[in-house]
Amino acid sequence: MHLAYPAVLSALLFCTGLYGVLARRNAILVLMSVELMLNAVNLNLVAFDVWLSRTAEETLHSGQALTLFTIAIAAAEIGIGLAIVLAVHRNRGTADIDKLRDTSERHDPDDPDHDARTAGQSDEAQKAEATA
Amino acid sequence: MTTTTLAVLVPLLPFLGAVAGLLLGRTAPGFVRPLAVLPTLTSLVLAALVAVRQGGGAAVDSATELTPTGSVPIELALHIDGFAALVAVLVGLVASCVQIYSTGYLRDDPRYPSYAALVSLFTSAMFLVVYSGDLIVLLVGWEVMGICSYFLVGHYWETPEARAASLKAFLVTKLGDVPFLIGLFALATDAGSFRITRILGTVATGGLDHPTLIALLLLAGVAGKSAQFPLHTWLPDAMAGPTPVSALIHAATMVAAGVYFIARLLPVFEASQAAMVVLAVMAAVTMTGSALAALAQDDIKRVLAYSTIGQLGYMTGALAVGDRGAAVFHLLSHGAFKALLFLAAGVIIHAAGTNSLAAMSRMRNLRDRVPDAYWTMTVALLALAAIPPFSGFFSKEAVLGVAEHVVTGHTEHAPAAAGWIVLVAGLVAAVLTAAYAMRLWLLAFRGRGIEAPDHGRQPLTMTVVLWVLAIPSLALGGFAFRLLPDWFDGRDLGPTLTTSVLGTGVALVGAIVTYAAWRHTSALTARVPLGAVAAHPEGDAGLVEAEAIATHEPAYGDIAYAPDPADPGRLLLGPLHRHAAAGFHLDAVYTAFFVRPVQAGASLVRFLDREVVETYVRGAGALPRWLGAAVRRAQTGNVQTYVSALLAGTVVLAVAVVLATTGA
Amino acid sequence: MTLAISAALLATGPAPGAAAGTHGFLSPTGVEIAFLLVGLVTFGAALVTVTTRQLVHAALWLVVTLGGLAVEYLLLTAEFIAWVQVLIYVGSVVVLLLFGLMLTRAPIGRSPDADSGNRWAALTVAVAAAAALVWVVVDAFRTTWIDLDGPAAGSTEATGASLFQNWVLPFEALSVLLLAALVGAIVLSRKAKADSSSPPMNAQALTESSHAVTESSGSSEQEGAR
Repeated sequence: MHLAYPAVLSALLFCTGLYGVLARRNAILVLMSVELMLNAVNLNLVAFDVWLSRTAEETLHSGQALTLFTIAIAAAEIGIGLAIVLAVHRNRGTADIDKLRDTSERHDPDDPDHDARTAGQSDEAQKAEATA
Repeated sequence: MTTTTLAVLVPLLPFLGAVAGLLLGRTAPGFVRPLAVLPTLTSLVLAALVAVRQGGGAAVDSATELTPTGSVPIELALHIDGFAALVAVLVGLVASCVQIYSTGYLRDDPRYPSYAALVSLFTSAMFLVVYSGDLIVLLVGWEVMGICSYFLVGHYWETPEARAASLKAFLVTKLGDVPFLIGLFALATDAGSFRITRILGTVATGGLDHPTLIALLLLAGVAGKSAQFPLHTWLPDAMAGPTPVSALIHAATMVAAGVYFIARLLPVFEASQAAMVVLAVMAAVTMTGSALAALAQDDIKRVLAYSTIGQLGYMTGALAVGDRGAAVFHLLSHGAFKALLFLAAGVIIHAAGTNSLAAMSRMRNLRDRVPDAYWTMTVALLALAAIPPFSGFFSKEAVLGVAEHVVTGHTEHAPAAAGWIVLVAGLVAAVLTAAYAMRLWLLAFRGRGIEAPDHGRQPLTMTVVLWVLAIPSLALGGFAFRLLPDWFDGRDLGPTLTTSVLGTGVALVGAIVTYAAWRHTSALTARVPLGAVAAHPEGDAGLVEAEAIATHEPAYGDIAYAPDPADPGRLLLGPLHRHAAAGFHLDAVYTAFFVRPVQAGASLVRFLDREVVETYVRGAGALPRWLGAAVRRAQTGNVQTYVSALLAGTVVLAVAVVLATTGA
Repeated sequence: MTLAISAALLATGPAPGAAAGTHGFLSPTGVEIAFLLVGLVTFGAALVTVTTRQLVHAALWLVVTLGGLAVEYLLLTAEFIAWVQVLIYVGSVVVLLLFGLMLTRAPIGRSPDADSGNRWAALTVAVAAAAALVWVVVDAFRTTWIDLDGPAAGSTEATGASLFQNWVLPFEALSVLLLAALVGAIVLSRKAKADSSSPPMNAQALTESSHAVTESSGSSEQEGAR
C-alpha cells in the first residue's frame, strides 16, 4: 500500500481537528477536536510502524507502543479536561471558551462602556503605579 | 613660635571658629558668641605680633608644596612684607570690631550663628589673601570672600532687595573673576610659577611676554572686587545687607582686596604703560562719578557705599601713578574710618528707625539720642573729607602728592598722562567728597522737626567699638606717614605743601558751599513732610534696619532716591541730581545691553526647546504608543485567537524551513 | 447524509491516489481502495464533527470518525490497536464526552453559536496547515510503499511481546500517570465543594458564581428566545 494514503489522511484529520480546536466555541467540542488530532497522530504512528517493521527490520514496534501510550494519555487527558470544563461551568455558568477572557487587556479608561469593576481596578492599578 | 607659625595661625583660627560655629550653632547657642569673637581677636593679636616681628624688614617667605600639580606648581606659600603685615592688622582690627558690634547689632537674630560663622570664614579668607605668597592660594581666599559676601548680603533674604542685591553682587564680581582667572593663568604661564616672588623676579628681568594683556585681564577681576568703574554697580545695592557686613566687607576689607592685589603685583602692571593709563582713567571716572552719585543718595548707607567706591578710586589712582605705598596707606586709614562710618550709621539707623536722610533731616535732637555715634561719626567724616589733622588728610595727600610728583616728572614708573588724570580727578573728587560728607552730617545730625523717636540706649558693645575705631581715624595718619615708609617701599609719604594747601582748600570750599546750600534749603524741610520710620523700640538694630530697607522703596518710590526739595544735594547738582541718584543709569545701560539680549536668547532657546525639540520627543513617543495600542487591542483574552496566531506563525515558519531546505 | 458527503468527497478524493498512479509503479490494490473509501468516510465524519451545529451530533459523528480509524488500523494490520481504539475511544471517551455535554447543559438541537467568531481565522490556518502538510507528505513519500503481506505487524502477540519486552518501564510510568490523572480529576471535581465549605474563599466564590449565574441565565434566556 502506498504510504501516502495513511499519511495524507492523517494530515487531513489533523488539520480538521486543528480547525475544530480553533473554531469551536463549546469547550467540550474543542476537546473532541483535540481527540481528532490525537487520532490523526496515532494513525501516522501506526502506518509508519507497519512500514518500518517491514522495510527496516525494526522489531521494537515503537510506533504501536507509542500509539498505545497516546491512547492512554488521551484517556487521562479527556478525564482531566472534562473535569476542568465542568469546574469552569460550575463557577462561571458557561463552557464557552470565548467568554473566558479574564486575561484580556482591560478597556481604556476613556472607553465609554467600561463597567465599574474595571474602572476600580484600573484606578487601583494607577494608584499602585503612583506609589511605585 | 616662629613668625611663620604665627602667620599660619592667623587665617586658621577664624576658619576653625567658623566651622565650630556652624556645627555648634544649633546645639549649643551659648558658644556661638565666644566662638565668633575670640578667634578673630586672637588673630588680631597674632597679626599684630607678626607685624612687630616682621618689623618692616625683609619679607618673610615660606612655602611648601603639598602635592605635584602638573606643569606649574601650586604651593602653600606665605609672603609677608610690610604691606601684608599691616593690612592683616587692619583686617584683624576691623573684623574684631565688627564681630563685637554684631553681638549687639544682631542680638535677637535667629540666624546669628550662621551669620557669625560666615563673618569668621570671610575674615579667614581675607587673611589668606593678605598673607598668601601663591596666586592660586590667593584665588581660593578671593573666591571664598566672594561667596561669603553673597551669603552675607543676602542675610535679610526675606526682602526682595536683599535677594536681588546678593545675586547681583555675586554675578558682577564673578564677571570680573573669569578674566581674572584667565589672567592669573597667563601670568603663571609666562612666569612659570604661581609664586609671587618668582613672578616679580620674572618681571624684573623683563621675562613677561604679554604684560598689557595680563594686566588688563587682572584689572577686570580687580574692578569687580574693588567696585571700580564699570563693575562697581553691585556695591551700592549690597547695602541691603546688615550694617556690620557693609562695614567689614564692603568698606574695609574685601573691596580693598583688589587694591591690595594690585599693590602686590604692581611691577606687573608697571610693565605695561597702557594698563597704567587704563587704571588711571578707571580711577578718575570712579572717583568723580561715585562722588557725584554719593551727593544724591538718600539712603545713608548708599552715600557711604558710593563714598567707598570713590575712596577706592583714590587708591587705584595712587597705584596708577606707581606708588603702592600711598595706596596702601590710604587703604589703611580708609579701612579704619570707613568701618567707623558704617558702624556709626548702623547705630543711627537703629536710633532713627530709618535709613533715609530725608527722614532724618526732619528729626530734632537725633544727635542727643546717639552721642557716641555723633562724635565718632564727626571724626570719621572729617577724616573722609581730608581735613587736617585727621588720618584721611595724610593718606589722601600722599596720593595727591605722588600724582603731583608724576606730573612734574620726578618718577619714571608711570606715564605723566596718568599723573594728570589722577591729580585732576582727585582734586575734583576732593571737593565733592567734602560736599557729601558735609551734607550727610548736616542732614543726619542737624535735622529740625519732630522729636527723634526714643529707641532706648544703644548696647555697650556697639558704642565702645566706635570709640576704638575713632582712635586710628583721628590719629593714625599723623603718626603713620613718618613710620610707614620703613614698612613700605621707603618712599616719602609726607604731605607736600602744594597739594596740602590745594586739597584742604578745595575740601573747605566744598564743605562751605554745601553748608550754604543747606542753609538755603533747610527752610523747606518743615513745609514738606516726608519719611517713614520703623518703630521697634524693643527690637534689635538688625530688625530695624531690615524694615527700614524694605520700606524705603514703597515710601519714596526708589531705593536710592527721595523726592526731598530740602536736600542741599539737589540744589548743588541741579538737573544732574536725578541721574546721579540712579547711579548715572548704569544699571539701565547694562540691562539694555547685556540683560535683555541674554533674556531674549534664553526665551528663544526656551521656545526652541518647547516647540521644536519637544515635538520631536513627543513624535518619537507617538509611534511606540500607537504600536502599543495596536498590540493591546490584540490582547483580547480569547485563547483561540492566541492559538490561531501561534499556529499560523508555526505554519509560516514550517513552510519557510521546508522551502529553505529543499532549496525552492 | 454520510453517504452524500462521502460521495461528494469521493469525486475529489482520489487526487493523491491519482498522483501516485501517474508515477505508476503500482496500480491501486483492493486494500488501497478500501483504505481510501474508509478514509473518505472518516475524513467526512471528522469534518461534520467539527462543523455541525448540534453538539450531541458532533459527539456521534466523532464515533463514526473513530470507528473509521479503527477500520484503518485493521487495514494496516494493526489489530490490537484497532480494538483498543474501539474500546477506549468509542467505548469510553465518547461516552465521557457525552456525559460532559449533558453536565454542562449543552442545548439539544441546533445551536447557532456553536462556532466562535474565530472561525475564518481558524479556517485559514487549518487550510494552510493542511496544504503545507499534504504537500510535504506527498512530496516526501510518493515513492514509498508498505508491504502488507506476511504476518500481521500489529497482532496482539507481537504488540504484547514488544510492549512487555522493550517498553515495560514506560508502561509502568504510564500507569502512574493514569493514577495521577485519576486523582487530579477527582480533586478538580471536588474542589468546588471544598470551596463552599471554607468561609474565606466563600465570599469570592459566591460573588463570582452569582455574577456567572446572572450571565448564564441571561444567555440561556436568549437561547430560549431563539
